[in-house]
Amino acid sequence: MQRSQFISTVHLGVKSLLLHKLRSGLTMLGIIFGVCSVISMLAIGEGASYEAQEAIKKLGSTNIIIRSLKPPDEASDSGGGGNFELNYGLTYEDGARLQSTIPGVVRVLPMRIIRENVRFNVNLIPCQVIGTLPFYPGIVGVDIVKGRFLCDADEKHQQNVCAITTALASRLFPYQAPLDQAVKIAGVYYRVVGLVQELNTPDKRAQTEDPEGETLDNFVYIPISTSRSRFGETIFRGSFPNIEAESVELHEIRVKMASTEFVETAAPQIKNVLNRFHDQGDYEVIVPLQLLRQAEATKRIFNIVLGSIAAISLLVGGIGIMNIMLATVTERTREIGVRRALGAKKQDITTQFLVETVVLSVGGGLIGVLIGVLVPLMVTYLADMKTIVTWWSVAIAFSISGAIGILFGLYPATAAANLDPIDALRHE
Amino acid sequence: MKSKSIIRIEEIVKRYVLGGEHEVLALNGVDVSIPEGEYVAIMGPSGSGKSTMLNILGCLDRPTSGRYFLGEQDVSTMPDDDLSEVRGKRIGFIFQSYNLIAQLTVIENIQVPLFYQGQNLKDSYDRCAELAELVGLGDRLHHRPNQLSGGQQQRVAVARSLANDPLMILADEPTGNLDSKTGIEVLNMIGKLNADGKTIVLVTHDNMVAERAHRVLHMKDGKVDRDFRNPPRESSEAKKVA
Ligand SMILES: Nc1ncnc2c1ncn2[C@@H]1O[C@H](COP(=O)(O)OP(=O)(O)O)[C@@H](O)[C@H]1O
Ligand SMILES: [Mg+2]
Repeated sequence: MQRSQFISTVHLGVKSLLLHKLRSGLTMLGIIFGVCSVISMLAIGEGASYEAQEAIKKLGSTNIIIRSLKPPDEASDSGGGGNFELNYGLTYEDGARLQSTIPGVVRVLPMRIIRENVRFNVNLIPCQVIGTLPFYPGIVGVDIVKGRFLCDADEKHQQNVCAITTALASRLFPYQAPLDQAVKIAGVYYRVVGLVQELNTPDKRAQTEDPEGETLDNFVYIPISTSRSRFGETIFRGSFPNIEAESVELHEIRVKMASTEFVETAAPQIKNVLNRFHDQGDYEVIVPLQLLRQAEATKRIFNIVLGSIAAISLLVGGIGIMNIMLATVTERTREIGVRRALGAKKQDITTQFLVETVVLSVGGGLIGVLIGVLVPLMVTYLADMKTIVTWWSVAIAFSISGAIGILFGLYPATAAANLDPIDALRHE
Repeated sequence: MKSKSIIRIEEIVKRYVLGGEHEVLALNGVDVSIPEGEYVAIMGPSGSGKSTMLNILGCLDRPTSGRYFLGEQDVSTMPDDDLSEVRGKRIGFIFQSYNLIAQLTVIENIQVPLFYQGQNLKDSYDRCAELAELVGLGDRLHHRPNQLSGGQQQRVAVARSLANDPLMILADEPTGNLDSKTGIEVLNMIGKLNADGKTIVLVTHDNMVAERAHRVLHMKDGKVDRDFRNPPRESSEAKKVA
């Protein structure tokens, strides 16, 4: 069939469909809903998993996080109160051992995290005081908003300086410029040298649960040497008579690997190294890369489920098209007979009806794509949910709608073509 | 002016088997040959097999047995696609109920046979517009069938039957649905086509219609029981005019 003839056939198909506008519209509706739901469901799923993945990515896909854990059995022992000192967790030694034994380690970042109140004038705010090293921002992902972070000299000379998060600064210093102000932590004054913002979601950090349920983003960073000398190794928490004393050298160690290839092999090696000195399971290893992989796997399942629900609605749309086309063939039997009498071959009739179903389904597909792109926008606007319309979901939905047109059109079209010309002509 | 026959059927039988043992012999051994340029009317009582005969002549239906030569070709054994081609190239149809395609305009209806011959609509437009002019519908090219009277629709059908410049035109009671005045208009048109050299085979049970033909095949119970020539009247007049 020539090109111009094909165009004429498409033209004719459109014409025949326009003869019954309502019916064609209703028939398309099935495909419209199908395509629209494929695209918008996948967009919502994609948006939901995107945020989770971004959060994990910010932890750093080349990082491995090791946290001290309070051993469960000892924790219950201390439930009776009294001044029982708990000694557990990661040590400076551990950090040094990991640095020297695990292949692919770039840097090991130690962190001490102590809950203390931070005071400026009358403002007293519970915070997490993080003792760490100057290269913290490069590994954890921190924006320096103003001033500077800690430096090597601060560390070396155990300076009483601190960097604080912008969230904390706005609460501590509602009226003053925060830089160079002195804040008081556990009886000692620290000079504020910088304002920073964590890129990481704060709730991923160990021991951030605040009894009052706030201050999650209130971090104060001081040199780890200062933390050690001012706070000592033993930390008291709670109030009399239920004082808990803990002796924890390091609350967290972040290991930065040279590349993601090292990450997965390093995790078990780290456990091997640490287990030699920690037989009570007082630490955990978190591999953001693995979390990411899990999140991706979850997303895939999510997409498959959403996708199949949507695909079923497309299928139902396809059956609707087939139903209508079968009715159309019956209704237009006479026309088929006339065309056959005037020289149409079976193939011509097949093509004609196939073109009509494809016009229906592709037309419905196009409208469905339009609505399917708009619905996620509306969901984002009304429900404040992130949605991402991916090009592949549009491509898949659209090509499925086309395929459905052909698949479900084939039977009515061949049924039409196989009518005996004379029977078709006689049909009332 | 002795011309060779373009239609030759030999011992054509058409048998319909209805449920069980019951069967109908719609055609029971018919032999006919029709020379080129002849105007033939098929007459006979209802159920005598006229339409069946015409459908077989038009390659719309196949005989149960017997042979059918159209021109030089034996069409009784042709595959379906070839029959489509024969119909499309060599036969024009005019039906009792016009059978125009509802969603197409006048000009598009006339273009249908050429479309299936592979002509694109632009190329066939001028010729088909001329044909519409010929049947007096030059000013209705873009009307739809439901906007036309029965007589006008049948004239479109006449124009359509001419589009592919066929060897012969087959008409099954073309005036059956028309009042006598428009019926006569259509018959005049068909007479004119015959005068211009087209072979016409026309089914009717109206004597007035049959009188216009050169030859009458009278059928009864699936057989041609009389085959006679009309005295030359209108046809000779038409020739004088032409
Ligand atoms: N498709 C069919 N099935 C069964 N019988 C048929 C069929 N077509 C025609 N007949 C029978 O064949 C005979 C001739 O029919 P037809 O050619 O239509 O007669 P007419 O001369 O009235 O045009 C009739 O008895 C009719 O009932
Ligand atoms: Mg009849």
